[in-house]
Amino acid sequence: MLLADARALCPQLDAVPADPAGDLAFLEKLALWAQRWGPWSALDPPDGLLVDITGVAHLFGGEEHLLRDVASAFTARGLTVRAALAPTAGAAWALAHYGPPAAILAPENDPLRQLGDLPVAALRLDDDVLTVLHRLGIKRLNELAGVSGAGQNDPRKEAAARDALRRRFRNHRSPAAHPLLRLDQLLGRVPEPLLPVIAQVMPLVQRRLMEPIRHRDLLDRVLEDLTLDMVRELEARGHGARRLEMALWRVDGEVLWRRIELAAATREASHITRLFAARLDDVEAGFGIEAVQLRASWTESLALSQADLDAAAQQHGTSLAAFVDRLSVRLGPKAITRPVLRASHVPERAQGWQPPLDPLPLQQDALPFHTRPLKLLDRAEPIAVLYASPDGYPQRFRWRGQVREVVRVEGPERLAPEWWRERSTARLRDYYRIEDDGGRRYWIYRQGIAGDGRGGVPDWFLHGLYA
Amino acid sequence: MPFKSIKQSPARILPARLSESRWRPGLAEQPFHSEIFAPATEASGAGLALALAGDALTSLNECPGKDHRHVLWVQDRAAIRLGGRPCLAGLPSDLRRRLIHVAAATPEDMLFALEEGLKCRDFACVIGEIAGNPRALGFTASRRLSLTAERHRVRLWLVRLDAAPDLSSARMRWQARAAPSSPQRWNPAAPGTPIWHAELFRSRAHAPGEWILSDDKGRLHVRPEPEPEPAITPDFIYLGRPTVGRSLATRARA
Repeated sequence: MLLADARALCPQLDAVPADPAGDLAFLEKLALWAQRWGPWSALDPPDGLLVDITGVAHLFGGEEHLLRDVASAFTARGLTVRAALAPTAGAAWALAHYGPPAAILAPENDPLRQLGDLPVAALRLDDDVLTVLHRLGIKRLNELAGVSGAGQNDPRKEAAARDALRRRFRNHRSPAAHPLLRLDQLLGRVPEPLLPVIAQVMPLVQRRLMEPIRHRDLLDRVLEDLTLDMVRELEARGHGARRLEMALWRVDGEVLWRRIELAAATREASHITRLFAARLDDVEAGFGIEAVQLRASWTESLALSQADLDAAAQQHGTSLAAFVDRLSVRLGPKAITRPVLRASHVPERAQGWQPPLDPLPLQQDALPFHTRPLKLLDRAEPIAVLYASPDGYPQRFRWRGQVREVVRVEGPERLAPEWWRERSTARLRDYYRIEDDGGRRYWIYRQGIAGDGRGGVPDWFLHGLYA
Repeated sequence: MPFKSIKQSPARILPARLSESRWRPGLAEQPFHSEIFAPATEASGAGLALALAGDALTSLNECPGKDHRHVLWVQDRAAIRLGGRPCLAGLPSDLRRRLIHVAAATPEDMLFALEEGLKCRDFACVIGEIAGNPRALGFTASRRLSLTAERHRVRLWLVRLDAAPDLSSARMRWQARAAPSSPQRWNPAAPGTPIWHAELFRSRAHAPGEWILSDDKGRLHVRPEPEPEPAITPDFIYLGRPTVGRSLATRARA
C-alpha cells in the first residue's frame, strides 16, 4: 500500500522515513552493549541479537534472573524485547520469535518436545522454502521432525526419511533454504558458526586548553601536538588513518568539524598536519576554542615499516660497524685497516695493519726520542747522492728528478738488521733526518757502510716524509 | 612630510654574529670542508691537515674530556704511491690509537669512502689525501662532500697532492708548503719543529692571507709574520722601451 493511500484511509498515521543503515548501526551498538550479558554477541539483522551466555548465567543469579535483567534493561531504554534462552542459537531464536515470553530451554530438556509446536517459520527459513513446506503440508516443527525421522529409534528408518527430504532440497545449499540443516542446527547436531561483533575503539586524542585560543598559530601548534599523539596512537595499533575528523569546541558551545580523507593509510605527522592546515583557514574562533579533538574514524592496518631506516641514518649518522660494512663491500675487506705497532725496530716492520674493529693488541709506545716521519713510503726510493759531506751524510742529492740541497741534518741513527728474521747478508741502515733548503724534511738512510763485506758502495734511500 | 619607516632590505641587515675576517688558530667557527693543496714530495699537506684538525677539535671542544672518536684517513692509490702511508710512530700521540686508514684504489672509491666516513657518527674528523685532479672530483663531487659534512657535522680536510686549484665548494682552501723549521733547542744543526707556509686563498668567512704556521706539541701557532715589505714607488723598468702608440708621459701617469 502506498503511503498516500494509507494516509487517505487514516489521516492520523504517523510516517517516519525508513533508515535501514541507521537501524543497522543502532543494532551494532546494541550488540556491543548486549555484551554485558555474555562475552560474545552476534547480529541477527534486521532486528535480533544473539548473545552467548555459556557459563555466565550464575553471575546474574540464574537464567530466569538473567532474562528478567535483560527485559528490565531494555525497558529502561524504551525498547521492546522478546528474549529467550536455549542451548543452541537456532532454538533460542525460535523461542524468542515464536515461543512464550521469557522462555528457557534447559539443556536437559528435549528440544523437540518443547519446540515441536512452533511453526516451521521458527527455523529461520526463506519465504519460498516456507511456501514449499506449507504446500507439502508441513506446518509445525514436529511435523518436519516426523518427516525427517528425527524422533525415530531405528537409525535406518531415520536415514531413509532424511534421504527423501534431502533429495527434495538437494539444490539448496544455504542453511536458510534447507529445512533439514536448520532443524539440525536447532537441535545442535550441526555447528552453527556465529560472527561475533567486536568493538573497535576509534583512535581518539584530544586537548583541553587552559585558555581559549583565538589565534591561528596557536591552533596550528595544538594541531601539531594532536597529530603527534594520533600518530603514536595509530602506531601502537599498527594502523594508519584513512579518515580523520577534527572537532573544535568553541566557548559558546558550537562545535566545528573538519574532516579529511586520505588516499592511503598513513601515519605521517607532517603530512596530516599539512592537510589539516589547509582546512583550518575558515575556522571562526569566535570567543575562542577551548577543546580540540582528533579522531580517526576510519583506519586500516599499516604494518610498522622500516622505511625510515635511511632517514634515521641521515639524521644520526651511521655507526662505525655500518661504515666498515659499507666500505668492505665496495672496496674489499683489506682496504680498511688500522695501524698497530709490532715488535720490531725496522721501520717497515714496526707497523702492521689489522682490521679496524679488532681489539688493539697491548703495545709499548714508541720511544719519544725516536723522531719518526709522519708518512712512510711503501718502498724506500733510491736517491742519487751528488755530493756527500766528509761526515757521511749527503750535501746534495737528487730525488724524483729534483736536486735538493741539505741544510740541516741529524743523525745517524743506526738500525741493525734483524738477524733472527733476515739473511746474514742484510746490511744495516744509517738513518738521517734532513731538511733541505726549501724546508722539506725527509728521512733518508744509507744501506750498509763501506767495507762491511756485504756488498759494494752503499746505496742511499729516502724512506719517509716529515710533516 | 611624516616620517616613514623604511623596511630594511635583507642585503643590508647584518648577520647576527660577524665572523672574524682574519683567520687565526683557535677560532670558534670551523669549516666543515677544507682543502689543502700541497706538493706531493713533502708531507706538509698532511701535517697541516692534522694540525688544523687538532686545532679545530680542541677549539670547538665538542666532546668535553678526552675525545675517543676515531679519525678516518683515506688515501687513494696515487697518493699512497707518491706520499706513502701514515706512520704510526710519527703521528701525534693522541691520534695513534684512533686512526682508521682506508686505501682506495680509485678516486671514485675514495670519494665514496669519504662520503661514508662523513656520514659516520663515530668519527671525529675525516682526512683525505688525493693526488692530482681526477675527473671524479669535480665541483659536483666536492659540493656533495660539503653538504654531507655540513649535514652530519663531521669535518673534512682534503689534502690535494700536486693538484691545480680547480672548481670546488670547499669552504676554506689552503695552499701549503714546507718552510724552514725553527731551530731545535739542543741541536741547532738538526731540523726542528715543523713549520709550514700556509696561504688561505679562498674562504667564505675570512679574508685571504698568508701565515707561517707551526705545530708545537699539538698546538697550532702562528709564527711572527714576515715584515711587510716597505711600500716603495713602483719601479718602471720598461721606461726605456720604445713607446708604441702612446707617449711615455701617459704610461708613467698610469
